[in-house]
Amino acid sequence: MSSLILPAVLSGLTMGAVYALVALGLTLIYGVLHIINFAHGSLLMLALYAAYFLFVHMGLDPYLAIPILLPVFFCLGYVLQRWVIAPMSGGSEQNVLLVTLALALIIDNLALYFWTSNTRSVDIPYAYNTVEFLGAYLPLGRVIAFFAALAAAPLLWLFMTRTRTGSAIRAVAIEKRGAEIVGIDVNHTYAICFGIGTACVALAACLLLPTFYVTPQVGYTFVLVAFTTVVLGGMGSLPGALIAGLLLGVIESLCGLFLGESLGQIGIFTAFILILLFKPSGLLGRRAA
Amino acid sequence: MKPQSMGQAVLIALALIYLASLYFMSSPVWMGFTINALIVAVVALAWNITGGFGGMASFGHAAMYGTGAYASAILQVQYGINAWIAFAAGIVAGAAMGAFIGALAFRYGLKGSYFALVTLAFAEVLRICASSFAITGGGSGLQLRLDPGLSTLQFNDRTVVYTILLVIVALVMALTAWLKYSRFGAYLIAVRENEDAARALGIDTYRIKVKAMAISGAFAGLAGVLYLQVWLFIDSAVVYGSAVSIEALIGPIIGGAGTVWGPLIGTLGLHLLGEGAKHLLHNAPGLNFVLYAVVLICALRFLPQGLMGLAGRIGTFRKKEDDNA
Repeated sequence: MSSLILPAVLSGLTMGAVYALVALGLTLIYGVLHIINFAHGSLLMLALYAAYFLFVHMGLDPYLAIPILLPVFFCLGYVLQRWVIAPMSGGSEQNVLLVTLALALIIDNLALYFWTSNTRSVDIPYAYNTVEFLGAYLPLGRVIAFFAALAAAPLLWLFMTRTRTGSAIRAVAIEKRGAEIVGIDVNHTYAICFGIGTACVALAACLLLPTFYVTPQVGYTFVLVAFTTVVLGGMGSLPGALIAGLLLGVIESLCGLFLGESLGQIGIFTAFILILLFKPSGLLGRRAA
Repeated sequence: MKPQSMGQAVLIALALIYLASLYFMSSPVWMGFTINALIVAVVALAWNITGGFGGMASFGHAAMYGTGAYASAILQVQYGINAWIAFAAGIVAGAAMGAFIGALAFRYGLKGSYFALVTLAFAEVLRICASSFAITGGGSGLQLRLDPGLSTLQFNDRTVVYTILLVIVALVMALTAWLKYSRFGAYLIAVRENEDAARALGIDTYRIKVKAMAISGAFAGLAGVLYLQVWLFIDSAVVYGSAVSIEALIGPIIGGAGTVWGPLIGTLGLHLLGEGAKHLLHNAPGLNFVLYAVVLICALRFLPQGLMGLAGRIGTFRKKEDDNA
């Protein structure tokens, strides 16, 4: 059994890196807009389909689809926040939650209607070439996803701390009224932030597709894992989301190993309930519920 | 429960006329459809206690609904216990699950989106558990043996089932109305409006909120048991699935959260709309949920108090500060 633990941990880490990437977008949106975006998983599902169709119809490798899908999903996120979520919710926290839930329902069910519930995956043989590491054999696609997700987190961090837009986003997050007074366009900044969060999802989708599958329901599973990651890491904390994502990937993998494949996700949701109950401020969060 | 304006009276009358007309239509299709809508209306009424009066929007009422259904099914299928006892046990199980989730969540001061997420997570944990263990029938679910009769609470005649459901919905609504105008209801509404002020006035807000979750859980458990007794089959996706939780909250929000008639009217209206769309679009799967979601977004933007709130502004009977029926 012990010989199985290390491979399980490593495989959990590679999955966890993707969880972290999805959660980075979600935690960024939460940290700045203070909204929980229920449609986050549905946008991931949409990005997975986009990458899938680019591969099937145009033969575009999912990794090469990144420069196309990143800006497209940035714009999608921008438009959604600026012209749908913000005006429709009227600013109340509960309404934002409900509007994003409604968006998730619309996206998921339209996907079900147009693309049916068939499970689809792309056939990229090299993604399953194995890489040996410490006696564990990992698919190349997962290893690429791991390092790409790890690279994305510091890039996002640099963007937030070193650029003018990043400073504006942080200013709006801390003091909305004050940011407005010094001339920052708050609605524009909110939408940019939502766009970046959505672009993270597009990146995650391109990294995920070669070794994963896509169905219209896949978003729902991911959104719950992403919530857990965000809450565990501390709402709004980027480094927290990274650590929490990796941790949850390992928890899921180990639960799957010890309790059986179908119960792997139980570990994640139990962790979620426990964190929400005992430490809602998360590992690295400063603000309590 | 009395309408306070011409608009609300018309809305309620329309709902009652529709429900009464089924006795004369003798259409099994409409009957089956409305039976489903009434079961959903009971969960919607359950959600309304916490989400409407208490201002605690749950995203996981399936947790209590499914627990009620599974408790009753396990007792009947695995232990051969009488359906009446199992029926009561389902309600108690729903209440216990509601109180448990509430006690845990409120103990640590969770509210708003945190509360919504923790309820959702509970429903999801229960769904995965129910699909994995032998006692719940695992992935294949539980099936009641077909044995119509009063002692098994199974009825062949759809009209009888429909009448029983109408009586139960009326009872739940009467209880809701009674709660609303009771001391407990006043406390609960005080908690929704300003929890700190309520506590400052000496209200034990924690107890009130847990009690509301228990009552809501009992109603949701009741709805789950009704589903089981009507369709005789449950599995984890059907009773613990997110669709239950979503339908539980959409109806009251569209009909008017925190009103007695709102959940029933919202649920009936939505189901009629969904059914109509199904016929127009040739049974396309999932499109009724797209429609619900669009209606939900529009309601949040344009009808903050739901249909009852809108109707309440049309032809007001008398000046009154509280315009919810």
